[in-house]
Amino acid sequence: MSKLLIQNGRVIDPAQGLDRVTNVLIEDGRIAGYDVGSSDDMELVNATGKIVAPGLIDMHVHLREPGREEDETVATGTAAAVVGGFTSIACIPNTEPPIDTRDTVQYIKHQAARADNCNVYVVACASKGREGKELAEIGQLVEAGAVAFSDDGSPIYDSELMRRALEYCSMFNKPILNHAEVLELTRGGVMHEGSVSMVLALPGMPAEAEDVMTSRDISLSEATGGRIHMMHVSSAGSVEMIRRAKLRDVPITAEVTPHHFTLTDECLRSFDSNFKMSPPLRGQRHVDACIAGLADGTIDVIATDHAPHSPEKKMQELDLAPFGIVGLETCLGLVITKLIEPGILDWSTALAKMTINPATILGLDKGTLAVGAEADVTVIDPQVRWIVDPSEFRSKSVNTPFGGEELIGRADTVIVGGRIKHRASAPAVAAV
Amino acid sequence: MSVQISEAETVPVAWTRNDLLDLESLTAEEISLILDTADSFKERTDNCTKKLALLQGKTVANLFFENSTRTRTSFSLAARRLGADTVDFSSSGSSLSKGETFIDTAKNIEAMGVDAVVVRHRTPGTPRLLAQNIGCSIVNAGDGPHEHPTQGLLDILTIRQQRGSIDGLTVALVGDIAHSRTARSNIWGLQKLGAHVIVCGPTTLVSQRWEEFGVEIANSLDEILPRCDVLNLLRIQFERQQMRPFPSVREYALLYAMTGQRMKAAKDDVLIMAPGPINRGVEVTPEVADGPHSVILEQVNNGLAVRMAVLWLLLGADRATETKPR
Repeated sequence: MSKLLIQNGRVIDPAQGLDRVTNVLIEDGRIAGYDVGSSDDMELVNATGKIVAPGLIDMHVHLREPGREEDETVATGTAAAVVGGFTSIACIPNTEPPIDTRDTVQYIKHQAARADNCNVYVVACASKGREGKELAEIGQLVEAGAVAFSDDGSPIYDSELMRRALEYCSMFNKPILNHAEVLELTRGGVMHEGSVSMVLALPGMPAEAEDVMTSRDISLSEATGGRIHMMHVSSAGSVEMIRRAKLRDVPITAEVTPHHFTLTDECLRSFDSNFKMSPPLRGQRHVDACIAGLADGTIDVIATDHAPHSPEKKMQELDLAPFGIVGLETCLGLVITKLIEPGILDWSTALAKMTINPATILGLDKGTLAVGAEADVTVIDPQVRWIVDPSEFRSKSVNTPFGGEELIGRADTVIVGGRIKHRASAPAVAAV
Repeated sequence: MSVQISEAETVPVAWTRNDLLDLESLTAEEISLILDTADSFKERTDNCTKKLALLQGKTVANLFFENSTRTRTSFSLAARRLGADTVDFSSSGSSLSKGETFIDTAKNIEAMGVDAVVVRHRTPGTPRLLAQNIGCSIVNAGDGPHEHPTQGLLDILTIRQQRGSIDGLTVALVGDIAHSRTARSNIWGLQKLGAHVIVCGPTTLVSQRWEEFGVEIANSLDEILPRCDVLNLLRIQFERQQMRPFPSVREYALLYAMTGQRMKAAKDDVLIMAPGPINRGVEVTPEVADGPHSVILEQVNNGLAVRMAVLWLLLGADRATETKPR
């Protein structure tokens, strides 16, 4: 009967509307109560001056396994997640082979269990082989444990397939996660189309390429009642369309990544491929729109789109280098530094977008510190200043544009299912 | 046998850069310094036909990932006129065709002991990435459609020789602005020296966003023709276009080719320039290209002078103190 007491922290649980300084007792892997005093049989975590939050959830992570283990594995990706404060992640199926069968879903779950770092939920392919031609065996994948469906890496391109996927998934109450991009408008593109791409003469990816498909997805979701979740929203037009769709009660949700609320296309002046991602870093107007969407609730979720690529792949010429950056180990610091510290989001709102909101979208029994819930807890040091040093990353890849950046706040202690998996101040301890 | 340049000329600033990557980041003084140096070389080498020993013992490598005859030849000749050794290294297509990154390729060349790498690559920014990764001087000889600083410099030098100054001139860049490195280098260089720059071409090849940088946008050549001092006729870069941005070459020529007929509407002393290779009959008709207003071949000769100036400024014995040819 193991007991763990998190003492004297500011407990913020948006799901319960809770925000007060108290002790949290964990017993046998579940939240057992608040306001409990310590006793000799308890392991203690001193959270004085710290924030005690439900374990963070990242619903957009590329673990690369199977197939591209040189970039990341389930073990290294989940280790990075835990250091970043995440107790649950959802992995995206653009692996090789793609996750479109019960076997591959099981394989991921098996690897996650072996790694034993954090909870891993599987997003499976919406189409067979991620080819965008016919529906994957969604019912069987649901049975195997898939929590959502996506062809991310690519958009679900065929509009009829998208319609069918939304209709079919609604039967299982699972969302479709889509990467909105009209590929004819981004062909050969390297960065956001704007003044900067014009000056640098780099092929552009206009915001309209995202907007046109966002508009389609909203129409199809509205028509079918199928739940659509827009991944990595990056354009002002898309934010506005999602805002309006929500007013009409379209079953739509949306996420924004830390890089899209912090960086602009000006960064590409360095020609550094760590600023190359899809959707691309856009102009300030778009960044401001993403922030406004986060603030007014249009954007439900902050997700990383953690996309590891080995250095030799990213070191190529800008047109050959793959899209994407790692994000698990910098996300929380960026949220605190760029959204909470400047007063754009309060703690509760920010944490909701990384806890209960993604849990609700994916139908997970997670994201809260309610009594009886599985004890996934992230204790956050909200004041520590630290410099991002990619060489210290647990991720197998170091493709981050934030190296050298000073951030405020990071995960101090991370507890998964009642077991301490990470302590910033001390080496990770063995399972209690 | 070598000719020494002995007379010192006053120059406004010291040259401190290790690389020439673009004209966007250069100051007006730096651009003028290169032009002055080029003029002085030209004068003292009888139009770049004689050799100097200023860079004896130095090695210049031409690293061309994209095809080029003229620019490469021009750089080689410029280096040899200054007494440097040259080595050509070409790699068609991707640097990864042999599994090597372009940075590794450049590091290998540097390890052979070269002092400068003249690089051409299809991808914008590649020279900058090389400069960040290797120690020797990098000269951008064209990075995709981004910049081609020595082309911009030789165009500007040609105008300056003809008109004495750039300040106050109206210069139109006509044609495929979107895919032209020559256009970008000209825009920055000309603006810094005080010219009014017009970019003229079809809407699909001329972004309205150039207005944000103080460049005038025009879609009708006939409308701007009477007030231009210089027309720089850019080649249509068919090879870089994803989808043809106009219905036909015939239609393009009808709207934008500089013809004898159009010359009648131009200023009497208008200069006709083209960075070449020219598509005769597309951007310019032969009668104009070979006519009295054309300075196309002077541009080529100035290319040599400008490249000598650039190599000397980058590799000259003591950059910090020695700022002028001796």
